[in-house]
Amino acid sequence: MEHSLLTLTDIRKSFGGVRALERASLELPRGAVTALIGENGAGKSTLVKILSGIHQPDGGEILFDGDAVRIPNPQAARALGIGVVHQECLAFDNLSVAENLFINSQPMQAGLVHWRDLRSRATAVLRDLDADFDADLPAGRLSIAQKHVMQIARALTHESRVLIFDEPTASLSQRECAELFRIVRKLRDAGCALLFISHKFDEVFELADRFAVFRDGVSVRAGRLSDVTSDELISLMVGRPVSQLFPKLEVQPGAELLRVEKLGRAGEFEDVSFALRAGEIVGLYGLVGAGRTELAQVLFGINAASSGVFTLAADAAGIALVPEDRQGQGAVLPFSVAANIALPNLTALAPRGWCSPSRESELASQWIDRLGIKAHGPGQTVHQLSGGNQQKVVIAKWLARKPGVLILDEPTKGIDVGAKAAVHAVTSEFARAGGAVLMISSDLPEILGMSDRVLVMRRGRLRGQFMRAQATSEVLLRAASDA
Amino acid sequence: MSARPLHFSDNARRDIAFAVLTAVLFLAVTLAFPGFAAPRNLAGLLDDTAILIMLALGQMLVIMGRGIDLSIAANLALCGMLAALFSRAWPDAGVLPVLVLTLGAGGLLGACNGLLVWKLRLPPIVVTLGTMSIYRGAIYLLSKGAWVNENEMSREFLAFPRHEFLGLTVLSWLSIVVAAAFIVALQRLKVARDLYAAGGNPEAASYSGIDPGRMQFLAYTICGAIAGVCGYFWVAKFAVAYTDIALGFELSVIAACLIGGVAIAGGAGTAAGVVLGCLFIGIIRSSLPLVGISAFWQMFINGLVILVAVLLSARQRQFKRTILEARA
Amino acid sequence: MKAASLLRWESMLAAVLIAAFITFSSLSPYFLSVDTLSDATFNFTERAIVALPLALLIIAGEIDISVAAIIALASVAMGLASAQGVGTAGLVGIGLGTGLLAGCINGALVTIGRVPSIVATIGTMTLFRGAAYAVLGDRVLKDYPDSFATFGQGYLVGPISIELALFVLFAILFGVFLHRTRWGRSIFAVGANPVASRFSGIAVNHYRFALFALTGLFSGLAAVLLTSRLGSTRPSIAQGWELEIISMVILGGVSVWGGKGSILGVVLAALVFGLTTFGLGLMNIPGIVLSIFTGLLLILVVAVPALVNRR
Repeated sequence: MEHSLLTLTDIRKSFGGVRALERASLELPRGAVTALIGENGAGKSTLVKILSGIHQPDGGEILFDGDAVRIPNPQAARALGIGVVHQECLAFDNLSVAENLFINSQPMQAGLVHWRDLRSRATAVLRDLDADFDADLPAGRLSIAQKHVMQIARALTHESRVLIFDEPTASLSQRECAELFRIVRKLRDAGCALLFISHKFDEVFELADRFAVFRDGVSVRAGRLSDVTSDELISLMVGRPVSQLFPKLEVQPGAELLRVEKLGRAGEFEDVSFALRAGEIVGLYGLVGAGRTELAQVLFGINAASSGVFTLAADAAGIALVPEDRQGQGAVLPFSVAANIALPNLTALAPRGWCSPSRESELASQWIDRLGIKAHGPGQTVHQLSGGNQQKVVIAKWLARKPGVLILDEPTKGIDVGAKAAVHAVTSEFARAGGAVLMISSDLPEILGMSDRVLVMRRGRLRGQFMRAQATSEVLLRAASDA
Repeated sequence: MSARPLHFSDNARRDIAFAVLTAVLFLAVTLAFPGFAAPRNLAGLLDDTAILIMLALGQMLVIMGRGIDLSIAANLALCGMLAALFSRAWPDAGVLPVLVLTLGAGGLLGACNGLLVWKLRLPPIVVTLGTMSIYRGAIYLLSKGAWVNENEMSREFLAFPRHEFLGLTVLSWLSIVVAAAFIVALQRLKVARDLYAAGGNPEAASYSGIDPGRMQFLAYTICGAIAGVCGYFWVAKFAVAYTDIALGFELSVIAACLIGGVAIAGGAGTAAGVVLGCLFIGIIRSSLPLVGISAFWQMFINGLVILVAVLLSARQRQFKRTILEARA
Repeated sequence: MKAASLLRWESMLAAVLIAAFITFSSLSPYFLSVDTLSDATFNFTERAIVALPLALLIIAGEIDISVAAIIALASVAMGLASAQGVGTAGLVGIGLGTGLLAGCINGALVTIGRVPSIVATIGTMTLFRGAAYAVLGDRVLKDYPDSFATFGQGYLVGPISIELALFVLFAILFGVFLHRTRWGRSIFAVGANPVASRFSGIAVNHYRFALFALTGLFSGLAAVLLTSRLGSTRPSIAQGWELEIISMVILGGVSVWGGKGSILGVVLAALVFGLTTFGLGLMNIPGIVLSIFTGLLLILVVAVPALVNRR
């Protein structure tokens, strides 16, 4: 095996009283892609931030090419040759692509920015990556996928020898993923040490050579990917064998609750028609940009349709939406659990205007029990809860409304396996009680496991409908992608 | 699929459009009053607008960094009073020490704002609202409420800004030099590009090793230094110093920035645009008496211009909802 | 926790209030008479009445620095109407109506025009104050009917002025509205996270517009009270008041980022303000020195929690 370019041993890091990393070790050999796997809260992001120089470890050792090093700030990381492609899109929309690539590292001449050199180097890197946009474009004009490519380009401008990719495929289409993998393999073959963090096992097994599993801030195991199966990986991640991930209950569909007819919104989606029946869980699959979230927002009432209609059955109690962005759209983080759950239910809780903290508290306690929300009590601030528990609060606030139709937009994105199972259980429960569910998801196993029917959207139009029996990964992917 | 390379075309297009608008305004006024375009009058126009230009350029740096400086006029007034008192006490010292004094004092006052915003992460609007009152009050304490009049200021003190070279006063030349310096510096200096980055996306900037707070500190200090020096020029130009000079002027300065295309959300703005904004306001101001509109309408017209400018900008871009300056 | 920290703030304000009281009584022999204290209230009630809806607006995540300009505009409107012979009732209507209209303009700029409120109200501040100057120039309007003076100069019962009574009434109404009703809860939500509020079914822009209109209306009310107390209108009326009113709100513990604050805090802050201004005035300290104090206080109010949290 190759001598490791980067070795981390027994890294410790705490924030206030919270132990993010306890005993984290990692080896990144040259010319290999190492996948870092772990649930949310396992410490992966913290490790990435330590390697980027954003945080300092409390203890432990970092060896770069055999020498002990410290990474006190992002410039030091760059100087060592560590490049990071973060999960969040860190682009400067107000500046050109070329300038984005050289932020805080512009080529200089006599103390002034050397624009000609900057532009020519930027164009060269973009050409190497076969990017489909120009260096002079303002970065704000790029799509999310293009911005990711730009981030990779930025990492490459520093001649990095260690490249870290933190969940890079979250917003990429199939074709863009393939492109990314091509670049990753090219870098691997050139001798770089690559760290690839992902939740998606199919990608991990396709791309990576080695793996490392973290759990609760500790490195659990590492080794060659060929020596392990995905079930074993899941067990290592969770610490226990996970049997039932998708508790699918069999339900007989009942009356029609929602009918959508040729619904459209200019520039986002058009000519969408389908129906939802009581007891059904309908999956809505598609790639980023397909228009699914936009459809959900029109159904929920955030935006108006420009064509077509949708009708809710007369006795159905309304449509609820659990949005994609948990922290920005789903929950009011500084509010308590009780206040969050009360927010869409204020008219019911305070019919004549007067709020009753005790009634809200009681309602919240009920849902804390039903969904197993791990909080000190209804008064705890939602900001302090883990991602999975925050999502449960968002779901609770809408279930408390007793809607007829529940739309879930990527409900288990970024939450750990245990909470995922809980969300799926609640969803199935809701359907069994007579509700209809529209579940938007980019996670094929989730879609295939939960849905009675699957709708597929591509570029703003409905491209296909598949019954549970016919739906397979290949069939759905083909319908969803440009191929 | 390769998009057309449009380097900063949005900003350039806006500036060009605005330049055309200003030119049209100028032509309109000149057509009605041919005397307006006389070199003497134009020189006077520039002289009257010079201080606004310099202040607006300083304020632009602060706004680009996602801040705002409401204390800029109070800073100017305090340093102006300092300059006047200095001249009264040491009339033979000449202008140079006064320039150094006001530059330093203004920079210090600006740095106070900057420190509070950087180190304590206080909201800029609250900080500068507070320092605005403190600096104004300090003028009173310093002067004990008394005025410093023309006869108490040395001849050199008064004459320096009015010296003429090639038809333009020293003050006018200074504003031209400062404007040119800004135009070049904002493009070529790394620290200026870092400011654009910090204002455009503070989180991404810190991930890249730029400290947005430090950028704001620098912006406030430079803005304060410019305000300080302008304090001397104001007092010398109007030949009087008292507590209320330039009262409310900070709004004109901010208005000029907004009209000139500086985005309140940070990260965007051009020096050329700001200069055009000042000239636009200046032309309106000096053409009002010609048209027979009393000076009392000046403020109202300024208000209209601001509202039209910001409404148009809001339609163009997607403003982020930064009311009281988002945390970095 | 949220409630605990706010309570700490209000206790601190109450302590400052008591300390100020004690200090001034010991410094000036005139301070502790009922008449004096009653006079003292005139000093701040007009500003404090505007601070109440402004607090709601800031909690909702917006700001309005045109409030003083609205006062000026409403006062000018009333003065012009009075010169035309309009009676007291009509004048009150015009004052309130002008304020409401101005507030609606602000609301429209922010919700329909999508202009950030700081920028919009800088613009309207210039516009409204400019209109006052344009219309009046350097004239003064003094022609008010005698009955008009009761609002600003009259007493309800004993030493309690009409202005004070109105302030207490509105403080109670606003307090109950903000802290006990579901609309008040929605205001907190809009300030804490407007997007999540929208996704929770709250009509965010309706709230914003209504709060701007309300702030305008109460600025109009303040104009009625102030004009009636002064008996005259100049275009420079209430100059600089926006700073003081905002200071009252922020001193009262309302967070400039929205989502946090209490009416009790604002009331206590207004009292501290009014008392201190009056006390210093009794000691013949000029107003401009007071503004140093205001500025320092404003900075301290936001700096102290920041320092404490730095650990």
